[in-house]
Amino acid sequence: MIRGMKMETRGKLIIVEGIDGSGKSTQIHLLEKWLAYKGVSVFKSEWNSSEMVKEITSKGKKKGLLTPTTFSLLHATDFADRYERNISPLLRAGHFVLADRYVYTAFARDIVRGCNPEWVKKVYDFAIKPDVAFYFKVPADIAVDRILIGRPKLKYYEAGMDMNLSNDAYESYRIFQGRIIEQYDSLAESEGFTVIDGTLNIEEQQNIVRKKILPLLEGYQTSKTRIKR
Amino acid sequence: MTRTKYKDLGKRTVEFYGHGIKNLQDIEIKGKLIVIEGPDASGRSTQIQEITTRLEADGHAVLNTGLKRSELVGRGILEAKQDYNLGRKTLALYYAADFADQFEYKIIPALQAGYIVLADRYIYTLIARNLVRGLDRTWCHNLYGFAIKPDIVFYLDVEPSVLIHRVFQKNSTLDHYESGADIGLSEDMYESFLIYQKRISQEFHAMQKKYGLIPINGNRTIPEIHNDLQKRIDGFLKRVGNQ
Repeated sequence: MIRGMKMETRGKLIIVEGIDGSGKSTQIHLLEKWLAYKGVSVFKSEWNSSEMVKEITSKGKKKGLLTPTTFSLLHATDFADRYERNISPLLRAGHFVLADRYVYTAFARDIVRGCNPEWVKKVYDFAIKPDVAFYFKVPADIAVDRILIGRPKLKYYEAGMDMNLSNDAYESYRIFQGRIIEQYDSLAESEGFTVIDGTLNIEEQQNIVRKKILPLLEGYQTSKTRIKR
Repeated sequence: MTRTKYKDLGKRTVEFYGHGIKNLQDIEIKGKLIVIEGPDASGRSTQIQEITTRLEADGHAVLNTGLKRSELVGRGILEAKQDYNLGRKTLALYYAADFADQFEYKIIPALQAGYIVLADRYIYTLIARNLVRGLDRTWCHNLYGFAIKPDIVFYLDVEPSVLIHRVFQKNSTLDHYESGADIGLSEDMYESFLIYQKRISQEFHAMQKKYGLIPINGNRTIPEIHNDLQKRIDGFLKRVGNQ
């Protein structure tokens, strides 16, 4: 083994999952601030961030051209780009990576859309298992109400209109989110999610999150500890 | 006339390589899916043109498909390939999305309508390229588990040393990806091309049995290859027509 390339130099991957309006982005934001404050080198990675695929998915979405399979593969392309260029090298270099949604978002959505579960899981099996996966669990009605406040219109795929759940976008969205929750719930055990009650106060939730992350910081060289000598 | 050209091609249900696609599980197809595989400049397109002309003359409806031609991502791939930073898995998935789009919107409907679909490459080239780039074999095969098994697949097998001259005749320069320049096989493009094509060819030979690919000696002249292919296709259509 090359000197200085010990396995413990590997970073940590923390991910958050939950439906829209579950409060996960707020929580990961607070976690990021806390880690940065403690001197941890931390990077955030968001779902749907690559420019290349964004252009195509948005074109396909506008035209209503996407099938469950192409929808799945385009999002997998996007994720792979983010993973190969961003997440994986950062982790190998020993940084903390916080991902707002990870492969489980794809599992849940694609399976609800009718893709074969084993196929989807296999497509994503190049992605490493997170050190901690938080699942912010919120009843569909609460999350949907949070989202719909101040948002006049839902987009076609966002509302799950491609699945013919209902002719009404809002109704379709509710049903769709409910099914996503079912998928998350079934993944929670098999994938070892840390389930957090998303109806608790923001501070209470963050407290639980930080307690869970604390052990990961043991033995981790922060910029502050390094400066100390 | 003893030719059986106006006979029905017969119906069948589709058979997938893997898990398939949910809403296509029970469909019935009347057409036939014929695939011609082979490297760039192996003469595929010329052969497909000639075969199409013949099949149409015989009264069959023919649809041509190929890679990078989907309405959804076809152009996007060409642009993405200009970005040499793209990872291997990313490109592999992008190609799969392009293929899936054509598969669901072109190939399947045409087969349902009774067309002969002549595919200018199918999943095998995509799998071979991924394998040569070191992607996991099981992963690559699973990725295309939504594709159906074609009726026949031909593989134009051309010696890399013969192929390189055809590439120069066609384009006068070597293509970055088709020479495997993205995987650092050799500093020298010429040598890189030969090594890369050799590896692609090895992957095809490895897939031959698993997928029932029919190797066609592609070192011969265009008319010779065409005669060979046409005979085999006519024979196949005659057999299915008589069933």
